[in-house]
Amino acid sequence: MNIITNPKKLRGFEKACRVENVSRRSVLKGLGIAGSFVLAAPILSRPAFAAYETGAGKMPHGTVVDPRVFVAIAPDGIVTIIAHRAEMGTGVRTSLPLIVAEEMDADWSRVRVQQAPGDEVRYGNQDTDGSRSTRHYLMPMRQIGASARTMLESAAAKRWGVPATEVKAANHEVVHDATGRKLGFGDLAADAAKEPVPSIEGLKLKDPKNFRYLGKGEVSIVDLHDITTGKAGYGADVRLPGMKYAVIARPPVTGGTLVSFDPADALKVSGVEKVTQVKGWPWPSKFQPLGGVAVIARNTGAAIKGRDALKIVWDDGANAKYDSVAYRAELEEAARKPGLVVRKEGDVDAALKTADKVIVGEYYLPHLAHVSMEPPVAVADVKGDKAEIWAPVQSPGGTREDVAKTLGIPEGNVTVHVTLLGGGFGRKSKCDYVLEAALLSKELAAPVKVQWTREDDVHHDFLHTVSVERIEAGLDKNGKVIAWRHRSVAPSIASTFAANTVHQAPFELGMGLIDMPFEIANIQCENPEAAAHTRIGWFRSVSNIPRAFAVQSMVGELAHATNRDQKEMLLELIGSPRIVNLSSVKDPWNYGEPYSSYPIDTARLRRVVELVAEKGEWGRSLPKGHGLGIAAHRSFVSYIATIVEVAIDDKGKLTVPRVDTAIDCGTYVNPERIQSQIEGAAIMGLSLAKYGEITFKDGKVQQKNFDDFPVLRIDESPSVTNVHIVPPGPDTPPSGVGEPGVPPFAPALVNAIFAATGKRIRALPIGKQLET
Amino acid sequence: MIKLKINGQERTWDGDPDLSLLWFLRDEVGLTGTKFGCGQALCGACTVIVDKEAVRACITSVSDVADRQVTTIEGLHPTGDHPVQKAWRQINVPQCGFCQAGQIMQAAALLMDNPKPSHAQIREALSGNICRCGCYQRIENAVHLASTGV
Ligand code: FES
Ligand code: FES
Repeated sequence: MNIITNPKKLRGFEKACRVENVSRRSVLKGLGIAGSFVLAAPILSRPAFAAYETGAGKMPHGTVVDPRVFVAIAPDGIVTIIAHRAEMGTGVRTSLPLIVAEEMDADWSRVRVQQAPGDEVRYGNQDTDGSRSTRHYLMPMRQIGASARTMLESAAAKRWGVPATEVKAANHEVVHDATGRKLGFGDLAADAAKEPVPSIEGLKLKDPKNFRYLGKGEVSIVDLHDITTGKAGYGADVRLPGMKYAVIARPPVTGGTLVSFDPADALKVSGVEKVTQVKGWPWPSKFQPLGGVAVIARNTGAAIKGRDALKIVWDDGANAKYDSVAYRAELEEAARKPGLVVRKEGDVDAALKTADKVIVGEYYLPHLAHVSMEPPVAVADVKGDKAEIWAPVQSPGGTREDVAKTLGIPEGNVTVHVTLLGGGFGRKSKCDYVLEAALLSKELAAPVKVQWTREDDVHHDFLHTVSVERIEAGLDKNGKVIAWRHRSVAPSIASTFAANTVHQAPFELGMGLIDMPFEIANIQCENPEAAAHTRIGWFRSVSNIPRAFAVQSMVGELAHATNRDQKEMLLELIGSPRIVNLSSVKDPWNYGEPYSSYPIDTARLRRVVELVAEKGEWGRSLPKGHGLGIAAHRSFVSYIATIVEVAIDDKGKLTVPRVDTAIDCGTYVNPERIQSQIEGAAIMGLSLAKYGEITFKDGKVQQKNFDDFPVLRIDESPSVTNVHIVPPGPDTPPSGVGEPGVPPFAPALVNAIFAATGKRIRALPIGKQLET
Repeated sequence: MIKLKINGQERTWDGDPDLSLLWFLRDEVGLTGTKFGCGQALCGACTVIVDKEAVRACITSVSDVADRQVTTIEGLHPTGDHPVQKAWRQINVPQCGFCQAGQIMQAAALLMDNPKPSHAQIREALSGNICRCGCYQRIENAVHLASTGV
């Protein structure tokens, strides 16, 4: 634990994320536990010890469980807790510190949260993605809080000369019940810092029945007031003295290069100061910049106007023929032929031959753009061999590494300040925009903000893949499914890292293909080849979107073919409550988690189906033109089921009167934020189902902004979304929340559309398919 | 030289008169509460109130608002306690929060014009404001709450 001896400095803490402080760089530099207040004691990384094992230790730089890294107490009792993960709307900047406060018995109103810079040696892994933060950090944060509490209790016991067992922390003080003596955390801070950090194995964690904050959902996010008053500091809001504003014209085709440019007209624009080339890397190059021409100006508006006036000649390169219509046909052709077998149980070919009936569904899901509300943006200040970055990044540690490599300076010379993210959804895991700012700042020897316009964002995203999912299901004469072949064809995210990638990576195959939980005797999953022609990246829920769409649409198709209720069909396919045996799969991946802690438990999948059916009033009678659809999917080791009610008028106009979602995410911290994530997932699911499609022609993205890449608006949003959270068992490990809500939405929607209209949607987006 | 009032304070601009109010506010004045989301009047993130009307700052030039009163999120209420802001906090509306200044300004303008909007009117009035995180249900409920007394 750190002791803050200068309360004046402390005042900046609670505002670390505010604009005005970000701009006062000297203050920011002085902020921090990471800076001048560190105790001399070396920080030892302690492995987390938990009742359940997680994959946290296998993440780059693993987990750090040390109260001296994460907690500081000032003499006035203000407790500062580090948030080391990035805030993009999930509430993690509040939830993780709240766990520490809970175990410390701190009073939340006297807790301040401070955002950690990118430093994984110090804080452990900081990649805020994969719906992992609570899953990996619930136990470590509890241990940090419990260690801090133990140190405070030991300090108090020593002060009073009583055994440590006689004292206990309660609401920001330590009390000795026998004598009624009390000491506040602030009074004890200096002594507590001298106490040894207790061993993790010996730590006493709080009995969950005494929790005041965890599991209650009564604490609002720490940035709430600032967000509602315009003070919250996003990447876009960083301002430094002498800062230049830049926008960049990038090659319109992935892998294209700059041939020549004429800056004359751009330089005539009022406010434009300079036009310069930005270095690009050949594709694929992970997250390195695409290169292009930068216009530097005194404000962003002038830079954009200047860029419009540039004359540029590009060489479009090898992807100049990428065409979405042709590519879809290619994927479909591949899906109709055998591909690499990635899971095999029984003999699917034989079973399909003997089947009484074979139902075939071929599903198409196009590229999607993230379009987080805040387009990519970053500020860099490079001076000599030192770089300071302010940016909305999901991977502060990775960004630091990449900035160091790109500039050729030691990683220790790079500081990455993590601002709030105006949405991320996976886009901000890739730091190309930060690297652009770093390169420009170095060249201009001045702080530079690189702002992406929405058009830049749509044109140069790391897109969600495009896929054809083809399922053949064989039924015996009793209507029982005896064979299941699923072929998934899609360009892989791995293609962004390595040229000539044609197969999906285990982490993609493990998202709803090879981990398909149905109890069927003959199963075969295949992955035919597909080459990428643009940058493919993680998009919230990743491959689970097409997989859940295909699998759960097929459940609806099978229910129809056998004249059964969708929910009954779904439960029959899930089969008996059991742990799914995946021994036939070479690399089952399992979201990086050990199967022992996070097996595929069909009892839990059944439970969310039954819960949503009960709470969502499955089977209720509906007005004409309405229909109900259901879908369930396990992803990010959580279990989700969704019921969607649709209403379709005689012109084919689709509205959604009601959505019900049940989620089992194990032990949880803040049910109110789970609810908001699931509400948001319904919007994103409806958005992608109705409209989401990025297409290419001549290698170029054809959409540009929210007019031709629409996302859902409030007037089309579901009238009501109800969220039903499964109460966790006492030892159920925490699992993902940010992503799992999205995948079941679209299939539940199309199943509902089928119920309402008899029309089966097999390709997204729905677009005009329902119009009559 | 263009003169205008922003949150009650006199400001001047003698640069490009076509510069959008959005970049003027954000980059030249330093009021960063007003956000850039699309630049084309498609998302509402840049919504400010000019006199009594919600406008998209991204397609409004500085010269368009010469001698007018511009209110941004920073100036909506001195302590941030406008009924809409209070309702927003009571209902825990935001996720990432980036769209919220625009949503709040749009909602405040709506209530000036129509103090008791129906749910349908709320949806209609805020349909120009995108929230990519999908806080719509709470936005609708918060506007309703603000209109009925927080
Ligand atoms: S930025 Fe003005 S409406 Fe989107
Ligand atoms: S809260 Fe993130 S865009 Fe609205």
